[in-house]
Amino acid sequence: MGMRRRTGGFVLAVNPIQCDGFGHCTELAPDLVRLDEWGYPIIDKTPVALSNLSALESARLAVRGCPRQALRIERVSDLPEGPAHRT
Amino acid sequence: MIQAHDLPRLLHGDTGRPLTLAQHEATFPIGARPGGLFEELEASGLTGRGGAAFPTARKVRLLREQRNHHKFVVVNAMEGEPGAHKDQSLLSANPHLVLDGAEYLAAMIGAKNIAVAVARDNPSVVNHVTRALHERERRHDRGAKFELHTPPWRFVAGEESALVHWLDDNESLPQYRPQRPTILRIGHGPVLVDNAETCANVGLIGRYGAAWFRAHGTEQSPGTTLVSVTGAVERPTVAEVPLGTTLREILALADADPNPLALVMGGYGGSWLDGRHLDLPYANEALAPYGVSVGAGIIVVLSRAGCGVVETHRVVRWMANESARQCGPCAFGLPALAEDLGHLAHATRDAAAAYQRLVERAGVIEGRGACRHPDGVVRFVRSALAVFAADFEGHRHGAACAGAQSRRHFAAVPTLEREDELIWE
Ligand SMILES: Cc1cc2nc3c(=O)[nH]c(=O)nc-3n(C[C@H](O)[C@H](O)[C@H](O)COP(=O)(O)O)c2cc1C
Ligand code: SF4
Ligand code: SF4
Repeated sequence: MGMRRRTGGFVLAVNPIQCDGFGHCTELAPDLVRLDEWGYPIIDKTPVALSNLSALESARLAVRGCPRQALRIERVSDLPEGPAHRT
Repeated sequence: MIQAHDLPRLLHGDTGRPLTLAQHEATFPIGARPGGLFEELEASGLTGRGGAAFPTARKVRLLREQRNHHKFVVVNAMEGEPGAHKDQSLLSANPHLVLDGAEYLAAMIGAKNIAVAVARDNPSVVNHVTRALHERERRHDRGAKFELHTPPWRFVAGEESALVHWLDDNESLPQYRPQRPTILRIGHGPVLVDNAETCANVGLIGRYGAAWFRAHGTEQSPGTTLVSVTGAVERPTVAEVPLGTTLREILALADADPNPLALVMGGYGGSWLDGRHLDLPYANEALAPYGVSVGAGIIVVLSRAGCGVVETHRVVRWMANESARQCGPCAFGLPALAEDLGHLAHATRDAAAAYQRLVERAGVIEGRGACRHPDGVVRFVRSALAVFAADFEGHRHGAACAGAQSRRHFAAVPTLEREDELIWE
């Protein structure tokens, strides 16, 4: 967990084939995941800054808590400049 | 010998009476390709004809860089789009050109095996390919070994990861690929998947080179392409045209309705184009500003006697049924879109609410499947909302247009015999 992790961003990615749509992840990471009308997770594809520790922590919880191991944290090395991304 | 300006190139010969190997070699003699095979392919600017128009040389380069002794070339002649007949025409006229191209591709990436995939539901094409492969077997051995595979026809079965899945494990189900570009594999062997028409063009470039190839087409979209024209036409036609030919000229080749309401461009995973734009050149750089593309070389003509809302409903309903039902947003989302469109097509009392739901659901579904099948449907729906805006307006307020009441249909949609079954399970 060195300092170098603090630059760049991440996205929480779901494997839609694995996902069973029971929606545990939205309870574990309500700030990152909402559900569609059929119960499947909708996750914003815009990277979140790695410096956002609470978001990163809830992403980790969701990954560990997913019963189908359908979630992954993908690191994005270059966070786009500007206000578009979420922090 | 066929000259650079001759047309047709790809459809040389007689559809249904394929050129034999001897006739093929007389028509397309090995020519004087000016440079190296890969260099010429790069300079040709050939883009994939299976839908995405990705530069073929870039895919080949990626596979060349793989260190592996068990690489494969896959010739994709699955032709999943109901409006498409081009790969069928090509293989029924000139199978050896496709097979030549596959051999060139195999030589470039160092593949020992070539799989030719034709849907088993199309027995005449299966026969043509079988015969052509026999002829080559008797000839000599030029390296890569051919094998014919015949997966069952489904819309999604031609998607490259589903096709590779079939070749690997007899299941036509798309695979989840978080990283793109991904290298698909059969066993451990990296796979290059190219559409049959793409292969045929490689066959020509391998013989005559890039400059020859570029004698037709535009700077950005070089070469000729096959277009399947159906719908409001006198003669459903597969034509070979230089890229950049105007839509009007292409429609004339099929004796199409000269004043259509709209066109489906690219296929059912493509988009609607307003029928006013017939002077556009048929090339992606000219079509892109209108939100459409050449796609899989499909044009479906919708006459003013028909209704865009009804046609969109028919297509989306079928496409929803073709979901491989692995991913929730696709398995549940597409039927929901189809249901909303049903309310609109029939201008029911629920139509206004259905319109709202349709717009919202389209936004929610996009980008959430393992493959791009749902994205294609969303694109198709969105283009319908734009092109038929006035008709949707009427339908959502309970007033179906005259075209909807005429009950005339133009887009070919296979019957849903097994509509209520989960066909993939
Ligand atoms: C749902 C879906 C269906 C597809 N069906 C076909 C098909 O039937 N035939 C085909 O050549 N490509 C099909 N494709 C495109 C292939 O995935 C792939 O991009 C193509 O075969 C690559 O060849 P190309 O680079 O020569 O175009 C399909 C794609 C999707 C998303
Ligand atoms: S917890 Fe996992 S399986 Fe359950 S809905 Fe979320 S991603 Fe899907
Ligand atoms: S997105 Fe749809 S068609 Fe593609 S793999 Fe998932 S369920 Fe199948």
